[in-house]
Amino acid sequence: MRPFTFTQAQDVDTAVQEVSLEGAKFVAGGTNLLDLMKIDVMSPSHLVDITQIALETIEETEAGGIRLGALAKNADTAYHELVETRYPLLSHAILAGATAQLRNMATDGGNLLQRTRCYYFYDTQTPCNKREPGSGCSAIQGYNRDLAILGTSEHCIATHPSDMCVALAALEATVHVTGKNGERAIPFADFHRLPGDTPHLDSNLQPDEIITSIELPAKGFAKHYTYLKLRDRASYAFALVSVAAALELEGDTIKEARIVLGGVAHKPWRVPEAEALLQGQKATRDNFRKVAEAYLQGAQGFGHNDFKIELAKRAIVRALEQATNR
Amino acid sequence: MKENYTGTPANRVDGRAKVTGEAKYAAEFEVPGLLYGVVVNSAIAKGKIKHMDTSAALQLPGVHQVFTHENRPGYSWFDKHHQDEDAPPGSPFRPLGSNEIKFSMQPIALVVADTYELARYAALLVHVEYEAQPHETDLEANLPRAYKPKKYKSPPPSDPRGDAAGAFDKAEVKLEQAYAHPAHHHNPMEMHASIAIWKEGGKLTVYDKIQGVQNSQQYISNAFGIPKENVQVISPFVGGAFGSGLRPQYQLFLAVLAALELKRAVKVVLTRQQMFSFGHRPHTVQRLAIGASPDGKLQSITHNAIAETSRFEDYNEDVVIWPGVLYDCDNVEVSHQLVDLDVYTPLDMRAPGGTTGTFALECAIDEMAFQIGMDPLEFRLKNYTEKDLNEDKPHSSKELKECYRQGAEKFGWANRKMEPRSMKEGHQLIGWGVAHGAWEAQQQEASAKAVLSPNGKLTVSSATADIGTGTYTVMTQIAAEVMGLPLEDVTFELGDSTMPKSPLEGGSWTVSSVGSAVKLVCEKLQEQLLKMAQKMKNSPFSEAKLADVSFANKQMFLTHAPATSISLQAILDQNEGKPLEAEASQKPDSKQKKYSSYSHSATFVEVQVDEELGTVKVTRIVTAVAAGRIINPKTGRSQILGGSVWGIGVALEEHTVLDHNLGRFMTHDLDKYHLPVSADVHETDVIFVEEKDEIVNPLGAKGLGEIGIVSVAPAICNAVFHATGKRIRELPITLDKLL
Ligand SMILES: Cc1cc2nc3c(=O)[nH]c(=O)nc-3n(C[C@H](O)[C@H](O)[C@H](O)COP(=O)(O)OP(=O)(O)OC[C@H]3O[C@@H](n4cnc5c(N)ncnc54)[C@H](O)[C@@H]3O)c2cc1C
Ligand code: SF4
Repeated sequence: MRPFTFTQAQDVDTAVQEVSLEGAKFVAGGTNLLDLMKIDVMSPSHLVDITQIALETIEETEAGGIRLGALAKNADTAYHELVETRYPLLSHAILAGATAQLRNMATDGGNLLQRTRCYYFYDTQTPCNKREPGSGCSAIQGYNRDLAILGTSEHCIATHPSDMCVALAALEATVHVTGKNGERAIPFADFHRLPGDTPHLDSNLQPDEIITSIELPAKGFAKHYTYLKLRDRASYAFALVSVAAALELEGDTIKEARIVLGGVAHKPWRVPEAEALLQGQKATRDNFRKVAEAYLQGAQGFGHNDFKIELAKRAIVRALEQATNR
Repeated sequence: MKENYTGTPANRVDGRAKVTGEAKYAAEFEVPGLLYGVVVNSAIAKGKIKHMDTSAALQLPGVHQVFTHENRPGYSWFDKHHQDEDAPPGSPFRPLGSNEIKFSMQPIALVVADTYELARYAALLVHVEYEAQPHETDLEANLPRAYKPKKYKSPPPSDPRGDAAGAFDKAEVKLEQAYAHPAHHHNPMEMHASIAIWKEGGKLTVYDKIQGVQNSQQYISNAFGIPKENVQVISPFVGGAFGSGLRPQYQLFLAVLAALELKRAVKVVLTRQQMFSFGHRPHTVQRLAIGASPDGKLQSITHNAIAETSRFEDYNEDVVIWPGVLYDCDNVEVSHQLVDLDVYTPLDMRAPGGTTGTFALECAIDEMAFQIGMDPLEFRLKNYTEKDLNEDKPHSSKELKECYRQGAEKFGWANRKMEPRSMKEGHQLIGWGVAHGAWEAQQQEASAKAVLSPNGKLTVSSATADIGTGTYTVMTQIAAEVMGLPLEDVTFELGDSTMPKSPLEGGSWTVSSVGSAVKLVCEKLQEQLLKMAQKMKNSPFSEAKLADVSFANKQMFLTHAPATSISLQAILDQNEGKPLEAEASQKPDSKQKKYSSYSHSATFVEVQVDEELGTVKVTRIVTAVAAGRIINPKTGRSQILGGSVWGIGVALEEHTVLDHNLGRFMTHDLDKYHLPVSADVHETDVIFVEEKDEIVNPLGAKGLGEIGIVSVAPAICNAVFHATGKRIRELPITLDKLL
């Protein structure tokens, strides 16, 4: 680890000021950033600890939704009564990730900004455009079992590893941020980026901006939902493919469907046009498979991860089946 | 009456020390003035270091030295001075030996600083320029280069019996298949660590993570030319090793090198990532050709293995001995070849060769049984051998049939339907599989010392290790039982090179070897006690021989007249406040040579496989083990449970992935290298089958360290086949292979 300086911010404004210093970074739970600092993948020269700022509240909004403070812990969020009863999809997604210990430390804001788990990103002795722009992507020709099949670029095929974000995308959350130029609200779909030719950027958050909260609209799909996570062991592993599925049903007719894939792209993957195929349709496996095909259109494997294309299709079908029958 | 400590499930005597943190592991010893060494590893797999710039690191205040091939002190250059007890034939790797890079992540520098943090930072500042050369790390691409090593590390493959090829040609039912086992890394909980403390006069005290302190002692003595008596190696606790601590690893070499040069105490601890920079279970491909008659009699087995090794040592292991150990078949031919690659030398890993070979053989046997249309258990029974056909010797004991019987009964095997995909619950296909395995029960020469203090407390010592297996506990039990003392009055000490000689802790031979020495040394104390009792006035023991007396409840008494007794304390009181001492060395008895001795296991497994998603869940494992006398059913059970869990890993999860473009293992942390987690482990049963063995060693115990793992992975593979009808011959069975 390289030497760094450290301050604790007591409020949002100071935090924003402090982070504007060259090489500065926020640290919240530290479960991702500190790991990466230890292995020299990230080397901020200044850390601004934001955990003293009062941003951990989970409360109802006037619009009938809820607001998750950016510093609410993943565990507290997943087990919060409002979340469990009205947004169980979010609870399930959070609890499918990491371990109890990690979820006790990890914050909701930090979860959004956790970095990819690409093998090469983690090893500073290998080329990686995300870590070191211009050095090349080792994964495309190398080992890419865990990596993306959708929205990739010739520069990077990394995935965003979060489970929570997959549910947040399905629930159409909004991310509230504050920066030097004041506050803004970012729709979840626009929060993360595709790699394109700037794979070093994971999100559209500006370096001086702090996430203050994540807002969920009123509609929580608490009746018909599922978070299906497929991975190489039963716990403590990132998704090969995950699906957040939420349905609004009238009898066996689908009024609205939300489907978001995790583990397949640089951001939670949602295809509204494909979702729309289910509108007004019966909840049958045939219809699910049609949507699944549409979802994976244009998917491209890189050898080791070719299987994800078929797996994702089957996962969509299964998730919708589970959501229907719940 | 006589109290039997062996055979009872005593709690670990070191359990409290471990859970309270009182037990100290190599990296945890506090040494005044300690310096910290951090290793820099190579980025490339093959080539030369053109230039190394250490100036930025050296400029940091508190950095003492950066050792590289350019400035390292001299050390012996002879191969034999670097060959430790477990070294395979060849020319061992010398850290910082030259500018040549032989494998990716090769240690190329050691930064030594006042603090760990500083050393770690300075290590980032070491700048290296390489001249890369093309490397070869791909076993499968290099199979045509396979060769028969000039010398084998483990016994060379047996000579052919009968005519395997001819019998195969003639056989009515044939099977010929290839099976691949990937590279694995040991990943013990405790990372490798050494503290080397330089003392006035050039003496060294070393704390090392090692499975045998005397191996490290000899290695340091040889490599650095220091008299053995000037090197003391201490290792009281080892946080798992699984074979990774059989050979002294490079952190030891570097810590010693730095300590000698700087005349200080230096600690070097590897990171989790660096745990992937040395030995591993080798990637091995196997071919099996089996011929049988339609009624299920094996007629021919050919078992060929090709495994990776390094460019500098020929590592091999017992991959192909299993057909001769496990099956009655007249025509058998086996071979084991190597391909040298630009990787570090593979290293024994729990049941080396057994895990790899049994997987392939037991899957092939299962395939054969299916082809013939026979229940796989019945097929095994039909081809059961009472003899070890490799050596043409009878077994000293073999209760494998009883393992089958008890295991099958507990599992409910009789209800199995033959047809694959015949059991289903919702989307879950259910499959049942079986496999069996064996592991050799060896005894090595070992020594022990016993001291009975004037107040009747016994301390027994031997330079062995406890890698988590329970050595402390079982040795205490053995000594307590022989001496008739309560467990609390007995202390067993290990892990110090000044103690009586002991073999490495490995090969499942510690109980058998060290335990036998402990028994013997205690018997010597018994003799002394008897003699002293006989010298007492009006001694009722004056005519007694050792065979006539027993020891229990802190008393010695006449076995046929227990009322005639004397307390050990009363005898000891005769010794004028001096302790009684004895040393003993126990060698295998020559009559053992006429027999083969193996532990055996039969494993029954149930899996659930998602018919669409390919996820596999191992819902039940029953392993029945015959391993002679079980000295401690509790620690013994833990060994088998651990083996079962590891078997799940072998079958479904573990794989150190090599990127052949970079020549580098890429799954080099515990996020990417998957071991089973608690959520992967469901019902797991262990049965110890009674097995009497008066030949294997004086204890009649065979060892449990490795037998628990060998039959689990193939049983899972076979269950997956039974569930899905798909035969996966390349481990691990990840869900993509079942889509
Ligand atoms: C072993 C392991 C397994 C895991 N498994 C999973 C899994 O299966 N699924 C899953 O989803 N996750 C998993 N995780 C990731 C875990 O969820 C994240 O590490 C965690 O959510 C990050 O939160 P944090 O508060 O600790 O972030 P930190 O590490 O503190 O910060 C992460 C990043 O976010 C930035 N940041 C944090 N808060 C803010 C804010 N309010 N505003 C602006 N920037 C901010 C930091 O500057 C930093 O760049 C795993 C992690 C580990 C270590
Ligand atoms: S996929 Fe992205 S993160 Fe992985 S090596 Fe390529 S550039 Fe780096």
